[in-house]
Amino acid sequence: MPQEFRLILKYADEPGYTPDIECYLRHGGYESLRKALAIAPKTLPDGKVVGAPEQIRDDVKLSGLRGRGGAGFSCGLKWSFVDRRSGKPIYLICNADESEPGTFKDRQILHKDPHQMIEGMIISCFANDVKLAYIYIRGEFPEGARILNRALNEARAKNFLGKNILGSGYDLEIHVHRGAGAYICGEETGLIESLEGKRAYPRIKPPYFPAILGLYQCPTIVNNVETLCAVKHIVGMGGAEFAKLGTPNNTGTRIVSVSGHVRKPGYYEIEVGKATIGQLINDFAGGLREGRKLKAVIPGGSSAKVFKAGEKFKLKKKGPDGKDIEQEVDMLDLPYDFDSLMAAGSMSGSGALIIMDDSTDIVAALANLSEFYAHESCGQCTPCREGSLWMSKALHRMAHGEGRKQDADYLLKIADNIPGGRTICAFGEACSWPVQSFVGKFKDEFVARGEADEARRAAGATRPSHS
Amino acid sequence: MAFSVPANLEAEITELISHYPQKRSASLMILHAVQEHFGWISQEAVEWIAARLELQPINVYELVTFYPMFRREPAGKHVVKVCRTLSCALGGSHELHGHVCQKLGLDAHAHGLQTTADGKFSVEFVECLASCGTAPVMMCNEDFHQAVTAAKADEILGKCA
Amino acid sequence: MSAPVATEPKPAPPAVETLKVKVDGLEIAVPKTMPDPLTGKPVPTTMIQACTLARTDVPHYCYHPKLPVAGNCRMCLVEFGTPAMGPDRKPVLNPDGTPKIAKSPRPAIACATPISPGMEIYTTTPGVKAMREGVLEFLLINHPLDCPICDQAGECKLQEYSVDYGQATSRFVEPKVHKPKQVDLGPRIVLDDERCILCTRCIRFTKDIAGDDALGIVNRGSYNTLSAYPGKAFDNNYTLNTVDLCPVGALTSKDFRFQMRVWFLKETKSVCTSCATGCNIVIGAREEKVYRYEPRENDAVNSSWMCDSGRLNYKWIGAENRLTEIRRQNPGAGGEKITWTTAAKEIADRLLAAKPGTVAIVASARQTNEELFLLSQLAKKLNALTDSVPRIQIGDKLLLSADRNPNSNGAKLTGIAPAQLGSNLRKIAEGIGKGTIKTLLVFGEDVTRHGIGADLLAKLDTLVASEILPNQTTKLAHYVLPGCAHAEKRGTFTNGKGRVQKFMKAVEPRGDARPEGEFLHELVAAVNGNPGFTSIEGLFNWMAREIPAFNGLTWGGLGDTGVTIVLPS
Repeated sequence: MPQEFRLILKYADEPGYTPDIECYLRHGGYESLRKALAIAPKTLPDGKVVGAPEQIRDDVKLSGLRGRGGAGFSCGLKWSFVDRRSGKPIYLICNADESEPGTFKDRQILHKDPHQMIEGMIISCFANDVKLAYIYIRGEFPEGARILNRALNEARAKNFLGKNILGSGYDLEIHVHRGAGAYICGEETGLIESLEGKRAYPRIKPPYFPAILGLYQCPTIVNNVETLCAVKHIVGMGGAEFAKLGTPNNTGTRIVSVSGHVRKPGYYEIEVGKATIGQLINDFAGGLREGRKLKAVIPGGSSAKVFKAGEKFKLKKKGPDGKDIEQEVDMLDLPYDFDSLMAAGSMSGSGALIIMDDSTDIVAALANLSEFYAHESCGQCTPCREGSLWMSKALHRMAHGEGRKQDADYLLKIADNIPGGRTICAFGEACSWPVQSFVGKFKDEFVARGEADEARRAAGATRPSHS
Repeated sequence: MAFSVPANLEAEITELISHYPQKRSASLMILHAVQEHFGWISQEAVEWIAARLELQPINVYELVTFYPMFRREPAGKHVVKVCRTLSCALGGSHELHGHVCQKLGLDAHAHGLQTTADGKFSVEFVECLASCGTAPVMMCNEDFHQAVTAAKADEILGKCA
Repeated sequence: MSAPVATEPKPAPPAVETLKVKVDGLEIAVPKTMPDPLTGKPVPTTMIQACTLARTDVPHYCYHPKLPVAGNCRMCLVEFGTPAMGPDRKPVLNPDGTPKIAKSPRPAIACATPISPGMEIYTTTPGVKAMREGVLEFLLINHPLDCPICDQAGECKLQEYSVDYGQATSRFVEPKVHKPKQVDLGPRIVLDDERCILCTRCIRFTKDIAGDDALGIVNRGSYNTLSAYPGKAFDNNYTLNTVDLCPVGALTSKDFRFQMRVWFLKETKSVCTSCATGCNIVIGAREEKVYRYEPRENDAVNSSWMCDSGRLNYKWIGAENRLTEIRRQNPGAGGEKITWTTAAKEIADRLLAAKPGTVAIVASARQTNEELFLLSQLAKKLNALTDSVPRIQIGDKLLLSADRNPNSNGAKLTGIAPAQLGSNLRKIAEGIGKGTIKTLLVFGEDVTRHGIGADLLAKLDTLVASEILPNQTTKLAHYVLPGCAHAEKRGTFTNGKGRVQKFMKAVEPRGDARPEGEFLHELVAAVNGNPGFTSIEGLFNWMAREIPAFNGLTWGGLGDTGVTIVLPS
């Protein structure tokens, strides 16, 4: 049976562990920062001198760290895109807008171990020559914002922040910025607009790639809370050591949020890819409730395409001779990592599993998600603005006994006109993937619902049998 | 216009503005601060904030209407936010929201902010509060409550003075 | 006399580096950069600009060449490919030696995506057509289908693209989103939010061009609503440009709405007369009535814009009290209607009888170059003291000139007005008062409001007033000549920056009114003895030979957008 591997949440849930700096320091806090600041310049054989920041960036690249916010993009690569020759200040923003339904991992870090994230953030800022950084925390975490402010003050008092940090000559200021209830602020350019005091309208790319034209049109890095924590550990243990955790190309640990119809919903930190979806459900989260069977799993936050119980995938795997062999894998046997889930047509996204057992009304479940997306669409671009509410209205109608048998195809046609680069940002995918996958994989249920409603209406019954 | 802010709030706003290279960035934080003080964002407040940040009032009004946490009308003394989104729904949030509304004499089917006649409570069925593992969850003002049963909800409401 | 050559004052543009792209298979070389619409700085050329250069139409709503790019409507999505690169960063070649094109798996918005060497843009593929159909369907689901009563009908981009990408029936069966109707956005504009497609052209225009950050989007998602701040009127002098920019019928002009279906309007190229800027306009008229002015693109003058005050300054053309008769008057004792022939003969006789130096002319700087030139010919012959009336008010930084005359430069160049307009008016008044000036010709001004009062006018032997609308001067004149609005004739003005621009005739003159130039031509022929030209083309070309600053110009050479001359310093 696989075990949790607690790296980031090592201390968070220990009895007596508190979010204050003294507790953090007792547990080895800010040692990685001291280590980072003390890195000596290295002279390469060609005579080029590599400073500490660049060495840290190289180490993060070596670690193979992939972003924990949703896209799973290489952190080292993201940092390498930063325009360091523009002469403009470089900003770093911690994305603490945790808002992907099903996800509650950053909440644990922010509330229980804020200094770990702050330390990772200071190191990341140092590595990227950032002098001013922000923590964008969702508005619904007022306590989290207070905890962070307290922690920042503590860090300032100990000179981990501010002028000439620990005598290194490096200056950094970090401020907390609260959102106000908009999911779209999790999208990095929407977040930047919001931080500029505007509606969180994602920017068009090109030309507004954050690494070049981000906050105040300056180069900007946006990293997730968990990602920044990982940076602290990469500096602590070295990128090569970090890369040994997890599986190739899926390194390190991941905090997986498990919610829905399981006995022990919660967050479980695993080495990436070292546990399967089935193990996460059954071994970590206690399995399904008595007498229930699995119906569906959303594997990476609500935007990820749903898996149907019993779904099988053909995945390529390296055989002992190094050649690819194709293997049929049951959904439950998919290793929980970035690449396997992508190969299976979905994604690990924000690392959140939502489990639905056979008591779930699949139409109502999708209606719930579509209502979320219709509510959260910023409305800037046409397909998402119009499509998200259209799908939600159709699903609301279906969930309230007014379905039609053609509604399944009707929904698919709407959903097909939204994603694939038709919208400014990935919200287009986020709102249409659930519809495409739910309706696509449970089409018989959607059609049956429509037929039943039509039959009932034809018989003159007025009240829906379900709601 | 008789709108004015007390000295401590003014000082807080000045401090917030100092956090950013561009004043406009302080908009959301100032809106939070003003709402915390007054309970809601009036049109006078929008105009005051706009003037303070050297913006047009429409710039601030665009924000107030975009970000759902900002209220354009006074709310009850205790604002209850029940999470509506999938994991909480699977965990019984519709029942919880219905229970709270029923208890307070509000419409169990309305999702938007509704306030009791005595102005003591407001209830809102909100989107994901990011604690899906302890569904259903709700907030009562800034206090966060997990795995809220009907009985627990009664207890929370009962403690509200 | 050295003849300044009439040329554009702009220096020759520096050679711009070009790169080759293919638009639907057609290879063209396009500039690597194009000027930014706001700053003028070179920025990478976009796909839509390349398509325009290749004469390929890419449908769009939010994109406008004169505004910053928003990229929100998604109508201009195209497919594209770029030369494939091998691991050695060298282009991969097809067996026939042509570069292999890697087609992008995702589409791109043509309005914001820069071109790159060898790029291939596909605008007619089934995929592109499907995306356009998808966007159009989304735009229409909540849009009211009220085309029969919509003012935009006939010039609506939703209608236009529906022909190409629309469906005959809608599959949308859900309740529509309802939004505010007939919103009183400001003194000149009504907004129908249900028709608005949220392209934000109006918001960008008023913020970035007019400098009045007055409009925004309120609410969120599908409920997004265009709005001004509640209680604050959208009221700057450029608001009506947003009506032009609105691709649908959301923003309508209070002045024009419900007045006329646009397809009945005859469009005539003209020039605004409300100030020295000389914004290029299109006059929309039907059955000899002017219904609207709209700006006409001219990057040397007004870009694509005009001010509201100029745009709405046309009602006088159709005024009820227009002068429509040629009259001989005995001031205070009535008068009678006469013919142009009689008037020309009698006035010519009086001028020929006048002693040199006893005639003065006040001509308006609202008159055309040609009219002013003919008057200057008379003045030369009669040794007349001449002037025009200055109109200096407060201008703005965008288009409105402080000089509210459309042709002060014409008045100066023809010699009718001194360098300081109006500085001769007092001398004329003094001359009349002293009795040295006995004859006064007034064209298009009420001199009683400019220092030559009724008491002075009463002293004149002869007062001739050519006017469009009655005033104190026409009341006291011995001869009243009904004149024409610019919309009723052809001619040219020289704007504040020396751009000579022509305007065409949109409607017929009222009653017996006749273009001033025609009458003046007869008068000059009779007084000066030279036959002149009866056509505007001939007249203009004659003037261009006579007036140094105009040397080299021809009527035909002015084109639709005019030519800038070098003004004498």
